Amino acid sequence: MADKNVVIYSTPTCPYCKRAKDYLSQKGIPYTDYNVATDKDKIREMIQKSGQMGVPVIAVDDEIIIGFNQAKLDELLSK
Amino acid sequence: MYELMIIGGGPAGIAAAVYAARKRLNTLLISGDIGGQINTTMGIENYLGYQFIEAPELIEKFQTQVSQYPIDQKIGDKISRLKKIEGGFEAVTETGEQYQSKAVIFATGKRSRQLNVPGEKELAGKGVTYCAICDGPVFAGQRVAVVGGGNSALEAALDMVKIAEHVDLVSLTPLTGDAVLVDKLGDAKNLRIFAEYQTEKIEGRDFVSGMMIKDVKSGKSKQLDVTGIFIEIGLVPNSAAVDGLVPLNKWKEVPISCASETTMDGLYAAGDVTDVPEKQIIVAAGEGAKAALQAHRYLQRLET
Repeated sequence: MADKNVVIYSTPTCPYCKRAKDYLSQKGIPYTDYNVATDKDKIREMIQKSGQMGVPVIAVDDEIIIGFNQAKLDELLSK
Repeated sequence: MYELMIIGGGPAGIAAAVYAARKRLNTLLISGDIGGQINTTMGIENYLGYQFIEAPELIEKFQTQVSQYPIDQKIGDKISRLKKIEGGFEAVTETGEQYQSKAVIFATGKRSRQLNVPGEKELAGKGVTYCAICDGPVFAGQRVAVVGGGNSALEAALDMVKIAEHVDLVSLTPLTGDAVLVDKLGDAKNLRIFAEYQTEKIEGRDFVSGMMIKDVKSGKSKQLDVTGIFIEIGLVPNSAAVDGLVPLNKWKEVPISCASETTMDGLYAAGDVTDVPEKQIIVAAGEGAKAALQAHRYLQRLET
C-alpha cells in the first residue's frame, strides 16, 4: 500500500479537507495536496476527474473519492 | 444484542459513548461520520477548556477520547430506520445491515435545509453547495449567488464578496441576520441584494449556469447568471429514522423529557435532533452525557 499515489484537492478553509489530510498523515501515508483556492489548473483537473465542484476530492491512484469518506478511503488504501 | 446503541457521532453521540463506555455498557456507536455539524465550521471559541480550537482538532480529540474505550464503532454508515423489536430495538442501515440493542440513544443531529426547487438535487455538488466555508474558494473569480437571509447566509456572502467577481444575495424574507453583518455587506461594491425574492429553479446542464428568482411582491421573475449557488437557509433535524416510532414536533424534532426520555421506553435522544433549545456543541455534549446515564439506569432496571 506504500506505492499508491494519493492526491488531495482541498481548500484551506474546509474542515473536512483538514481532517482528511490529518488522517492520511496519522496513517503515515504520503500525499500531494493541491490548494484549489489558488491553483486554477488544479480546480479544472479536480472538476474533470470528479465531475463536481465540492472539496475535498481524494484520488487514490485512478480512483476518486468525493468528500472525506473514511471507510471508502481505508478500503481504497488497503486494496 | 448490544446493551446500548448510540446513533450519531456528533458531540451528543460521542459524549454519550464516553459515558456509556465508562459504565461498561456493551455499546455500539454508529454514525455517518465523527463530528457531525462541527465538520462545517472552522474556529470554535465557546467550548469549555479551549479559548480557541479549530474544528478538525476538536473532532480529532473527540475521536481519540472515545476510541480509547472498548466499544464497537461503525463509522461511515447511516441508520435509515429504527424499529421496536421484542426486548429492544433494531436499526437498519442504508447499506442494509442490521443491529440490535436493548436501549438506544438517538443523536443524529441536523443537516442543511434544502430549497426543494427544480434543478437543486441534480446540480448538488455541481455548483450547488451547502458548505460555503468548504467550497467557497473553488468559485473565486466567478459570479455566484447566496440563498438565505440569516447569519449563515450573510457570512457566506461576506466571504464571497472578497473573492468572487459578483455576489447576488437572495432572501425569501427581509434580511434577518445581525445588523453588524448587514452593515458590513453594505460596503461591498460587487453585491446585489434581492430581499423578498423566492428562488424558483436552478438551471444548468452539467454544471450550474444560472437561476430564476421571483419578486414575492410584484410576482416578476428574474434570471441570474451564476455558476455557484450557496444555500444557507437553516437546518433540519435528521429524525426520519424514528418518524412514526415516536411523535415529532412541528419542526420534526424529537421531543424529550428533562431526563432525555422519548415517549418510548428504552429510547433516549440527545443533541440537535431533539427539541432541547439552544443548538451548541457544549449543550449537545451535556445532553449526550445525560442520556447515557439515564440509559444506564434503564438497563439496570431491566435486569432487576
